[in-house]
Amino acid sequence: MLRQVEGSLAVAETVARCRPQVISAYPISPQTHVVEHLSRLARTGELDHCAYLTVESEFAALSSLVGASAAGSRSYTATSSQGLLFMAEAVFNAAGLGLPIVMTVANRAVGAPINIWNDQGDSIAMRDAGWIQLYAADNQAAADLHVVAFRVAEELSVPVMVCMDGFVLTHAFEEVDVPDQHQVDAVLPPFRPRQLLDPAAPVSIGAMVGPEAYTEVRYLADHALRRALEVLPAAADEIGAVLGRPVPSLVQAHGCRGAGTVVVVMGSVLGTLSEVVDERVARGVRVGALGITCFRPFPASAVRAALCDADEVIVLERSLAAGEDGPLTADVARALAGTRARVRTVVAGLGGRPVTGTALHGLLDRAEGGRLGARTFLDLDRTVIDRELRRSAAQEVAP
Amino acid sequence: MLQVRIHGRGGQGVVTTSELLALACFVEGRHAQAFPSFGSERTGAPVASFVRIDDRPVRSHDPVSAPDAVLVQDPTLLRGGDVLAGLSPSGVLVVNLRGELSPEVRTAVGPDVRVLTVEASETALRLIGRDVPGPALLGALAAATGVVGVDALVAAVRERFTGRVADANADAVLETYSATLASAPEGGRHAPTG
Amino acid sequence: MTVPAQHGPQVGTLAVGNRLLPLSLRTVAADADRLSGLTGGHRACRGCGEALAARVVVDAAHRATGGRLVTVNATGCLEVFSSPYPESAWRVPWLHSLFGNAPAVASGVAAALAVQGRGDVRVLAQGGDGGTLDIGFGCLSGMFERDDDVLYVCYDNQAYMNTGVQRSSATPADARTATTPVVDGTGGNVTRHVKDAPRIAMAHGVRYVATATVGDVRDLEEKVTRAMAVRGARYLHVLVPCPLGWGTPTDETIELARHAVRTGLFPLFEAEDGDVVATTPIRRREPVTSYLERQSRFAHLFHPVRQDEVLDRIQREADRTVARYRLDRQEEGAS
Repeated sequence: MLRQVEGSLAVAETVARCRPQVISAYPISPQTHVVEHLSRLARTGELDHCAYLTVESEFAALSSLVGASAAGSRSYTATSSQGLLFMAEAVFNAAGLGLPIVMTVANRAVGAPINIWNDQGDSIAMRDAGWIQLYAADNQAAADLHVVAFRVAEELSVPVMVCMDGFVLTHAFEEVDVPDQHQVDAVLPPFRPRQLLDPAAPVSIGAMVGPEAYTEVRYLADHALRRALEVLPAAADEIGAVLGRPVPSLVQAHGCRGAGTVVVVMGSVLGTLSEVVDERVARGVRVGALGITCFRPFPASAVRAALCDADEVIVLERSLAAGEDGPLTADVARALAGTRARVRTVVAGLGGRPVTGTALHGLLDRAEGGRLGARTFLDLDRTVIDRELRRSAAQEVAP
Repeated sequence: MLQVRIHGRGGQGVVTTSELLALACFVEGRHAQAFPSFGSERTGAPVASFVRIDDRPVRSHDPVSAPDAVLVQDPTLLRGGDVLAGLSPSGVLVVNLRGELSPEVRTAVGPDVRVLTVEASETALRLIGRDVPGPALLGALAAATGVVGVDALVAAVRERFTGRVADANADAVLETYSATLASAPEGGRHAPTG
Repeated sequence: MTVPAQHGPQVGTLAVGNRLLPLSLRTVAADADRLSGLTGGHRACRGCGEALAARVVVDAAHRATGGRLVTVNATGCLEVFSSPYPESAWRVPWLHSLFGNAPAVASGVAAALAVQGRGDVRVLAQGGDGGTLDIGFGCLSGMFERDDDVLYVCYDNQAYMNTGVQRSSATPADARTATTPVVDGTGGNVTRHVKDAPRIAMAHGVRYVATATVGDVRDLEEKVTRAMAVRGARYLHVLVPCPLGWGTPTDETIELARHAVRTGLFPLFEAEDGDVVATTPIRRREPVTSYLERQSRFAHLFHPVRQDEVLDRIQREADRTVARYRLDRQEEGAS
């Protein structure tokens, strides 16, 4: 049903309609409204046949879902930032065990320094864990992608994290057509576990695997993850047909056909960027926007296809992976290897600094004027940087 | 597209004000987006909320930097000057204040900006029993700009609140709406409420 | 029926398969038809106390639940020696996740079973002292506080044995470990008090708490059975000597556990809802030195110089424990 609703609540209600049986919750800004609303739904009975566990840490949250999922229950939790890192061991564990858990990550910067505002550093830091990672560009996508997530997770036995920009999307009060129960039921069958703790048929889950077999076990897990590249679009199409609207799966291209310059983004920036792109196109500029919905596994073919007309590709990184130019850039550049496209990195939106339409226009002006370097920051305060670098240099030479 | 920025202090219901406005636009079949500037602020600290209203879906998610209208729930925030940043030269400023703006502030506001001062706190305390000036300010905004219909505002209030709280908030909206309409000279630049 | 007191391996009331006992009092372990939920072929060390205790616990739990049992295992010796892919020694459903999360995983299993209407299936969680008292302590406390329907069994061999005998918060004072080494005759673990897991469980108001050892199989089985008759969080702390880590002969594990009990260093008791309701008195107490000098992890307390001050301190600790649980009273059935 189409409603004006806060993003967190739209997600919570969609998750509830996916009929999870076990939800574990540990609060962290800016995810709190999601788990709070789910607890209300559990209380009112709208969410029934569901055990809602208030646990003592994020590590306990995901760990309890490992148990619940292995025991045959559809399982869910949500977290951000420090919480995602605190459960990191369990994140890898869940993927390695092939448990189809779904988790919302309300993207938030990772400390130190502590920062509660939006950037994608948290989920980016977990990109190697073996989870499917989906990034929502708006709250409609955030809601719809949770249906996709449960469906694909259970089909592949691979956990899925649905990422949505913290505060920017979670706390935005917007129109969302929250899927109805009958719509979700039509596309999400009951969970049929690939492996199950059952006294009638005992199995051992979580064995110790030595050098003679570990490689093969990991290869098969990676193989399952990569199958998402086919399974996601198929599921999104089917779910979209039932919901009556397109549901994103791998990438969202906006005006890329014939665009000499394309800006690649993940998350809510796509909306702001699309406005900027439309304004420039109206002025006759050949520019486009490419939103990455599925970051892991990385949809290299889809990206390469979408960027086939581009000479200039500008990748906006909403995280700072220390010591490297940009995780998204690396994936995009590899996908474009052998093409004529030149790939540049722009770091923007760290720690909740807004990525404004004005700044994006400025960025594209610089790019058009050939004044964009290989790697820049959208709005770094150079005065502060220069002052601090001078200061620490002075301290070094002081006796 | 119309952009509104609402300023107040934590605990004054700034977020609710922005959501009521967005909800009212939704009721009317328009597209609207509301979101707060986020912080770890506790009650009493300055907070802001943003609203975008359009006839096509709103895609941008960055803060509103060039508002067409600014609502100020706490007049002490006017001293800083930040609350007026980016306000359109022909925009609207609605302030929760008894009387007129001080000359310094009035000068800081552009000459073509339409200014309304509304005794929203007094109205809220009288009707609702709490100093939540937002709905009253929205009533005045609706009357002054026609950005949203008063019926839609009332519908939004009734959807967000229940029982006597809903009634009281609806009354606050209607009262300032009527008062603003009544005292606004056609084409006038100032429309203080009595 | 009086039983002559003896040193060394005993027969009589402690024997697993005592033909003088009525069938109803026979242990599961003595039953030819026992499940052997942890079956042969696992890779435990010769003389491992934990391997024996785990088999006893699982079989007793399996019997008590009519076979409706799943188990969650923390990382540690038990997990490592029992699950070398592609083999498994487990004949019950078994889940191993991580080192520090067994209580939380078990909580999740229990919640799932309940919501699926399979609440007749019971959950047994197993972990070592390190996984339970150190790295898993937060999760353990959470499980206790929520009263999740899990029986958590801690196999306490008093150090991180799986990784090479490093000190844990359950390592007794003065014990030599790889991270509390003895150099030039001095050293060993420094701790004011070992973390008292059973009392911590009692402080959480856990419904049923008990201590047991691998030295008394019947007692261990009874406590597991009693625990399984209760719903909600339950905790069982089992002393399991480790010949490798303790430096003892591999055929003395069971008797060594009994010896620990006879010194008063390891009290046997049961508690319900935070209060002690039963204790097992010590029939004839033995000095701690007789127990310590059997173990090379305490050798430095005797050679080259006998450290009387330390030995006295340990003796006083045993005396305090005996007094606290009133283990010195004379009663039928004392060990």
